[in-house]
Amino acid sequence: MEAEIALTVDGTRRSLSVDTRTTVLDALREHLGATSPKKGCDHGQCGACTVLVDGRRVTTCLSLAVAHDGAEITTAEGMADGRELHPMQRSFLDHDGFQCGYCTPGQVCSAVGMLAEAEAGWPSAVTDDLTAPVELDEAEIRERMSGNLCRCGAYSNIVAAIRENVR
Amino acid sequence: MIPFDYRRATDAEAAVDLVHGHPGATFLGGGTNLVDRMKLGVSEPEMLVDVSRLPYDTVEPLPGGGVRIGSAVPNSDLAAHPLIREQYPVLSQALLAGASGQLRNLATTGGNLLQRTRCVYFQDVTTPCNKREPGSGCSARGGYTRQHAILGASQACVATHPSDMAVALAMLDATVQVQGPDGSRKIPVAELHRLPGDEPERDTVLGQADLITAVDLPELAMATRSTYRKVRDRASYAFALVSVAAALDVADGTVRQARIAFGGLAHKPWRAARAEETLRGAPATEEAFRAAAEAELAEATPLADNAFKVPMSRNTLVSVLRDLA
Ligand SMILES: Cc1cc2nc3c(=O)[nH]c(=O)nc-3n(C[C@H](O)[C@H](O)[C@H](O)COP(=O)(O)OP(=O)(O)OC[C@H]3O[C@@H](n4cnc5c(N)ncnc54)[C@H](O)[C@@H]3O)c2cc1C
Ligand code: SF4
Ligand code: FES
Ligand code: FES
Repeated sequence: MEAEIALTVDGTRRSLSVDTRTTVLDALREHLGATSPKKGCDHGQCGACTVLVDGRRVTTCLSLAVAHDGAEITTAEGMADGRELHPMQRSFLDHDGFQCGYCTPGQVCSAVGMLAEAEAGWPSAVTDDLTAPVELDEAEIRERMSGNLCRCGAYSNIVAAIRENVR
Repeated sequence: MIPFDYRRATDAEAAVDLVHGHPGATFLGGGTNLVDRMKLGVSEPEMLVDVSRLPYDTVEPLPGGGVRIGSAVPNSDLAAHPLIREQYPVLSQALLAGASGQLRNLATTGGNLLQRTRCVYFQDVTTPCNKREPGSGCSARGGYTRQHAILGASQACVATHPSDMAVALAMLDATVQVQGPDGSRKIPVAELHRLPGDEPERDTVLGQADLITAVDLPELAMATRSTYRKVRDRASYAFALVSVAAALDVADGTVRQARIAFGGLAHKPWRAARAEETLRGAPATEEAFRAAAEAELAEATPLADNAFKVPMSRNTLVSVLRDLA
């Protein structure tokens, strides 16, 4: 069944007609040509499809596009300011935080969303004191980024790239 | 995936009305479990009634003590909420031990409680499964059973309930607020999920048109010193093999009250009433903790691949209680 929806993608409002079965990921990639979010597993298990929706990091392969009518979406592509890369993107380059690059757009979106969560004081599964301010050491970054798999195993450089953006 | 109609409900009654009398209809929360099942062909709803934007998105103190959690509150916001972190740390920890950061931002409180088993045969439509197709048989019996139950299982089904959050809620004596076709009612979380018996297709006591609107936490002083520990095959982002939610009230070296629930061992969060009873008035020592764990696990019936869960759950419980004492 068809539904009329609108999504704001990387600052541009787009209207589209989708079958109700369409996920946000397929709407972005197949309908709107926004191909930086990647389809890895299509079952919520790998994080390659991660974007920011209304500023929060989310997977898009298990979200229905109709249920996200009106959402503001930022993909990794939209993070750059023209030809000026987002600092997180720059750090991934500087630290060689990838090999094939397939997981990278999801890693970058997840990392940016994760830093905002830490700044808001959200604890993680490895935080000892749930009420103390968050200190993003290596163990914290690894736990908070565990929803993003990298088949090339670039993890140590990904952690280094993210650490550089910790204030 | 079969085609389906999508509706967004404006209030609880409208949501219940839409699903009531429409056998192919079901509620949609964040979709992180339901859409997954729809992709696998395990669930084939004809109509989704989206309840994720209903005004049940707050965590608030209850007038008489305790806290009310709206059913649409995302798992991540609940885990980070100051009231939960300070007064019910076990719940924050259980939520943070589940799924990933980007899934917890989508997953709702109601959806988390009603997520279905990750038994590999349930999720594979080419294999027999009594839960998915009543009467077809149980492929796990004689199959791969590492993740399966050691307590309360039946001949028909040996699946485990996957939620971490529900284990903490059962330990805390939380109650679920339900809006159904005949009005509203309350159900203790510990009585929400069923044991499989000969009707494994029914996960819970809820009817098809019963909507969860909130979860209430009772005021509980001992919960400020409560904890959740999860043992799994990877350090993060994996379902539990065994988990323990516990709180302990100790005075002068004697246990006044213990509250314990296990995850990963049964078709529902397993409230360890026998272990709690054994500990009442007992010395807060490692021997007593071990005896309590053994009392609870005396009737465990491990399957071919999961005998390890017996010592693993015993040892996890002993170490959790030792840390709390
Ligand atoms: C890769 C992966 C790993 C995961 N790991 C873990 C883990 O380690 N631990 C863990 O606990 N969970 C884990 N999860 C599960 C996750 O927590 C659940 O998918 C999530 O909590 C479900 O919430 P939802 O809002 O997305 O539910 P939905 O998928 O929207 O709904 C789930 C079910 O609940 C029903 N429903 C939803 N809301 C209501 C309501 N208000 N009233 C009545 N019925 C309702 C729906 O009809 C559906 O049957 C994992 C999920 C994935 C994809
Ligand atoms: S254990 Fe239960 S869910 Fe798994 S195959 Fe058997 S009947 Fe199905
Ligand atoms: S494609 Fe969405 S998590 Fe893998
Ligand atoms: S860089 Fe290849 S999957 Fe991560």
